Amino acid sequence: MTFERMMRRRLIALFLFSVVLFSYPIMSLLPQEFLVFGFPLLYVYLFLLWTVLIVAIALISRAQSVK
Amino acid sequence: MLNTGTILFISFAYLSLLFAIAYFGDKRADQRRSIISNPYIYALSLAVYCTAWTFYGSVGMAARSGIGFLPIYLGPTMMAMLGWLVLRKIIRISKIHHITSIADWIASRYGKSMALGMIATIIAVLGVVPYISLQLKAISNSLMILRGYPAISSPAHVAAAPFFADMAFYITIVLAVFAILFGTRHLDATERHEGLVAAIAFESIVKLAAFLAVGVFVTYMVFNGFGDIAAQANGQEMLRKLFVMSPAQGNLSYTDWGTYLFISMMAVVFLPRQFQVAVVENVNEHHLSKAIWLFPLYLLAINIFVLPIAFGGRLHFQDQAVDPDFFSLLLPMVFHKEALALFVFIGGTSAATGMVVVETVAMSTMICNELVMPVILRLPLQRQAPRGDMSRLILRVRRAAIVLVLLLGYAYFRFVGEFYTLVSIGLTSFSAIAQFAPAIIGGIFWREGTRAGAISGLAAGFVVWSYTLIVPALCQTGILPMSLMTSGPFGLSWLNPHHLFGLQGFNQISHAVFWSTLVNLSMYVGVSVLTKPTALEHTQAALFVDVFKFSERADDSPYRRITAYIPDLKSLLAGVLGKARAESVLAGYARQHEIDIMGELNADPGLVSHAEKVLGGVIGSVSAHVLVASVVKEEPLGIQEVMEILDETRQAIAYGRELERVTAELKAANQKLKALDTMKDEFIATVTHELRTPLTSIRSLTGILHDNPNLEAPQRQRFTGIIIQEGERLTRLINQVLDFQRLELDKVEMQMAPVDLAEVIRDAVDSTKLMAAESKVHVFLYLKEQKVMVPGDRDRLIQVMLNLISNGIKFCPPETGAIDIKLYREDGLARIDVQDNGPGIRPEDQPLVFERFWQAHNRKDRRPSGSGLGLAIAKQIVDRHQGNLWVVSEVGRGSTFSLTLPLVG
Repeated sequence: MTFERMMRRRLIALFLFSVVLFSYPIMSLLPQEFLVFGFPLLYVYLFLLWTVLIVAIALISRAQSVK
Repeated sequence: MLNTGTILFISFAYLSLLFAIAYFGDKRADQRRSIISNPYIYALSLAVYCTAWTFYGSVGMAARSGIGFLPIYLGPTMMAMLGWLVLRKIIRISKIHHITSIADWIASRYGKSMALGMIATIIAVLGVVPYISLQLKAISNSLMILRGYPAISSPAHVAAAPFFADMAFYITIVLAVFAILFGTRHLDATERHEGLVAAIAFESIVKLAAFLAVGVFVTYMVFNGFGDIAAQANGQEMLRKLFVMSPAQGNLSYTDWGTYLFISMMAVVFLPRQFQVAVVENVNEHHLSKAIWLFPLYLLAINIFVLPIAFGGRLHFQDQAVDPDFFSLLLPMVFHKEALALFVFIGGTSAATGMVVVETVAMSTMICNELVMPVILRLPLQRQAPRGDMSRLILRVRRAAIVLVLLLGYAYFRFVGEFYTLVSIGLTSFSAIAQFAPAIIGGIFWREGTRAGAISGLAAGFVVWSYTLIVPALCQTGILPMSLMTSGPFGLSWLNPHHLFGLQGFNQISHAVFWSTLVNLSMYVGVSVLTKPTALEHTQAALFVDVFKFSERADDSPYRRITAYIPDLKSLLAGVLGKARAESVLAGYARQHEIDIMGELNADPGLVSHAEKVLGGVIGSVSAHVLVASVVKEEPLGIQEVMEILDETRQAIAYGRELERVTAELKAANQKLKALDTMKDEFIATVTHELRTPLTSIRSLTGILHDNPNLEAPQRQRFTGIIIQEGERLTRLINQVLDFQRLELDKVEMQMAPVDLAEVIRDAVDSTKLMAAESKVHVFLYLKEQKVMVPGDRDRLIQVMLNLISNGIKFCPPETGAIDIKLYREDGLARIDVQDNGPGIRPEDQPLVFERFWQAHNRKDRRPSGSGLGLAIAKQIVDRHQGNLWVVSEVGRGSTFSLTLPLVG
């Protein structure tokens, strides 16, 4: 139960993070015309962050299932 | 290759494959060897979220306005993080209460309200009909584009053709057949369709594979990878605009972005089909822990190539008049990749059909259980004889509902859908579904939400949604006058459906979501706090909100005193489930609760509510409630029962207090025991230490005698003398230890008789004469009374005096040492003072001198000549005589040990 509660707490924290990172004003701070290796920074930011979040969910819920 | 015949052949071959998979899945389920019971299939079935909207519409939206398509997939990812908190609770509640649809859930939560079930169903139907039409539109248009090969065309206006010449109409019929075959094959209390889920999971794989295939083709064969497309797009003014997010450039604003995140978060759980696959079809709650990252991973995978295809399409077609929604189909066609184009078409069709089938099955359950059955059960005819065979009726209603929903979708597609892009149709549906959010999320976390609150919230939110999104759509098609949009109704510009109260800066969807959610939430909360829930609402609220507390034993409401005749219940169950299932339900309950219901006539409340739940799984909680109510004799709570309940509660509280007290006592006792235990350990340690000292000297002296047989006589004499002395000391010590132990354990029988204390003192002094003489200590007696009689044990009292006197002698300075012993009466007590002129006892040590071994422990500077038990024993004996023993002392001025004893009489 405690592991589960820990997992729930971490996922909620992750959710709150994602709310902040996926919305105004954080997103508006990205320099609009900037290119990373030729790609718009906005696209790189969103897809990279998305990937990181999925990995984080996987790690958090994996730690739970191992126990 | 791409002629109509081949396309149709491949399509029907694919559909047959789906039928085969669904059939296989159902068959395995019947054999209890589920093929869908694992987290991977569960995650794939959740991917029914990705429809033709994702497959075609995302590309179109990206090509038109850039990144705006993405929040629809980021939202579900964020919801997945809350999945463990929200979705798991909804799943648990639904499993316990046999809930089979989102409308049933809401109705059941707010006191099994029929009105609420109906409203929720109507919202769901009107909300998803446009969404279904979107799928039909996608299939129809993609088919038309494909048939136009090698020409690159945009689909003609469909409404021009009569419906029987329209391919989409026949597709609709095929989908209806599929949904009927696998969605309403038989009635089941859990309303699960394993075959259907297996087919959906397979379709999820196909649509992902097809989209990745065309993505790879566009990115790496038409262009030279991601970088090439980005660089080319960057070179064009028009496309560079899509790189950023600024409303001025025609992109999404941050407000709209946030709105899309919100409604997609809600949609991924509350869309009827998502509820169906995520909650109703869920085999095992634990699959969720893997699915919460597998599902977002699927979404990420299917979105990777959206931007390359969108930009690739724009780069290739430039200003050609082609629909960007179908870039992924058109690009392979342009490059004559016929097989790939066909694969893409199959993928898109998979995405669309999967959604349509699950959605219509979910809707048919809802329409049947929440709209039709409650009405049928309330018809006067049914009221009289509600026990016919209902399962066939139910199945017929469901099949009709499937056809109805699909035809509504088709009609919407033909008359309204033409005017909108795929994405904007989908967003309209999403914002309707978001109306469920307050009632459901409030329903699982907020106990005070009432039925009236939920009804008014849903109804008001829905009205606002219709006004801000549907009315404009109807104006667009010419059903309503266009002036409504330009100057507002009756010329009231503040009622403009797109700018309610003059609100600016929101797009249509955000505008509608903002107002409808605001109104919905305020009504839900406001009315909830203003109204009082009924008893049933109260019970349901508690069972839902505290589901994890109650889930172990789920018999609801022990205070509902309901009972029914078992034959009545049985025929009710048989009418819906069939005779065999009805009997197994009753037998199962009897086995689980270890009761014999065969001999019983009356069902207990537990059995009645169990039967209601099982029925609810088939016909919905509202209908089940109505049905069971027709055979139940609900006894209202009498004052007697209320008193009993109160009494039970009171007793429980009292019992709790009692328990607390006993626990405290036990704790104290335990503490005492522990202290005693440590004391015992200390005691043993000290005794062994005391024993070792004389033993060591005896051992070493006997060793010397043994090794030196020629030792001189006087020497030997001295040594043996010491050995005898030490032996005596040992004996004394052991005797004293035993004595003390026995005294402490109350094992010593005191020979109580009148004793003369003066005599006791004289005897004791006589016994210590030799010792005093040796130490050159003088003992003076001041016996004011000749006879002081006390009740007591003579020998034990002498022992007390001996111990006090020898203690005094030990500490008196030699030569000048003097001990005064006084005996007198005081305050009706006999009192003895033994005063010495020794060094005195430090004030902090005074309370300790009566502790055993205290002296032995603390005066290492001086070799102890006693056991250290003398004073402790004296104190014990005096205590046993109901007397007092204490010491008064000052350092340098000697000590006075005093004792008082009660007199005879």
